[in-house]
Amino acid sequence: MSNLKSIVECLIFVADSPLSFARICDILSEYDKEHLRSSLIELLRDYNSDERGIFLSEVAEGYQFRTCKANAEFIRRLVKTTTSKLSKPALESLAITAYRQPITRAEIEYLRGVDSGGVLRTLLDKKLIKILGKKNVPGKPLIYGTSRRFLEIFNLRDLESLPTLKEMRELEEAGIFEQQQELPLEDSIENRFPPDLPAVTGKD
Amino acid sequence: MASDLEMKISNINAISETDYKVRLDLFEGPLDLLLHLIKKNELDIYDIPISTITRQYLEYITLMKELNLEIAGEFLVMASTLLQIKSDMLLPSFSEEVSSDLDEDPRAELIRRLLEYMKFKDAAIMLDNRDLAGRDLFTCKLVEPQPEISSSEDECLEMELFDLIAAFQGVLKKHPVDTFHEVTAEAVSISERITEILTILQGRNSLRFDELFRNSFSRENLIASFLAILELCKLKMVRILQTGQFAEIFITPAVADTDGAFLSEVSTLYV
Repeated sequence: MSNLKSIVECLIFVADSPLSFARICDILSEYDKEHLRSSLIELLRDYNSDERGIFLSEVAEGYQFRTCKANAEFIRRLVKTTTSKLSKPALESLAITAYRQPITRAEIEYLRGVDSGGVLRTLLDKKLIKILGKKNVPGKPLIYGTSRRFLEIFNLRDLESLPTLKEMRELEEAGIFEQQQELPLEDSIENRFPPDLPAVTGKD
Repeated sequence: MASDLEMKISNINAISETDYKVRLDLFEGPLDLLLHLIKKNELDIYDIPISTITRQYLEYITLMKELNLEIAGEFLVMASTLLQIKSDMLLPSFSEEVSSDLDEDPRAELIRRLLEYMKFKDAAIMLDNRDLAGRDLFTCKLVEPQPEISSSEDECLEMELFDLIAAFQGVLKKHPVDTFHEVTAEAVSISERITEILTILQGRNSLRFDELFRNSFSRENLIASFLAILELCKLKMVRILQTGQFAEIFITPAVADTDGAFLSEVSTLYV
């Protein structure tokens, strides 16, 4: 099965965006799913040891090879930073969208207390958020949600792996803010969604 | 208080002169400003002294006016909200029709919004602190590979004009420039060559580029032949194909039958 492991490795390496397990199964349909799963797990184990500069990241509901953070400074000497810095208003609006999606512009503006049209346009242009549809209320406002790209850029496995707002507060008080992503989750994303709207995942 | 205000103005003036942008995103909106005032005064967010906050908030707006800043409507809305809360708290509720939600602290709604806003401010910082792809983590970027030049014999490539010219130059090289300044009576017309080429092409599927120039004796003739091919291409009467780089160039008729009327039109153009 070591051969299969190398095939999976190649697929992930060549793919231009995180490759989901379902997609791997789809491509390698002649192989047994369980074998594929164990190959993937082995690969994860192989790569995610400390001495590697590249690790196999579980991101945006898929798998992708990424360089480790410790070497970022050196890599930046070679390649340009592709992620442009987001402004404070943009980050705020993005955070609100991420936690409260599906959400309308008016709801974002109420939470922020300021006009957010321009900021939403920027986020849409950067493909970090997307229009999910129209809300069935008078005026039929557009509803927004985060995109798969948002997960990719912000290094999130899925929306559920966003630290909950409550956790962040506790962590901040405890002074271990940096370690938030390893913490268990209490509040699943479904709980945050109003029942009348379908739960939205990062799928495009 | 006045001196405090003046000091603030001078401070902000100093900042705005050196770096206008920094000052601009000091406060994102009224909620941000309120949070700042609460933090600065070390106030309990659950028990905001509305009169203090309102006074400081209005001071800030005055400050913005003095700096000739455009005050966003949201700031004024918040100012009126604060004043309304203040007056609600001052007035005793003596009405009998007081319902349960009117019993609520008039500040409650504002506090809820502030707390909510605070959460998202934190969330924004959290997002920015994550290891961002393209900033902290990098992925390998495959450059789209150049389309490979097919080596297969039966696949034909559409020709570029420059390939055609290069091939023509190859032919010209075989026929060195005549050093004798001969005056030739023979005038070679392009339309004649067009007719010739079409005649050759009539009975066959393709014609090698070289073949065209085999019977040519003079440079004029060569040039006329070349121009004839270009003209035929332009009129979409022939197609020029090549099987690979530096391979033989073929001329094929674009359509099976050439129209006689069409030909005569070409002839009139070049006589």
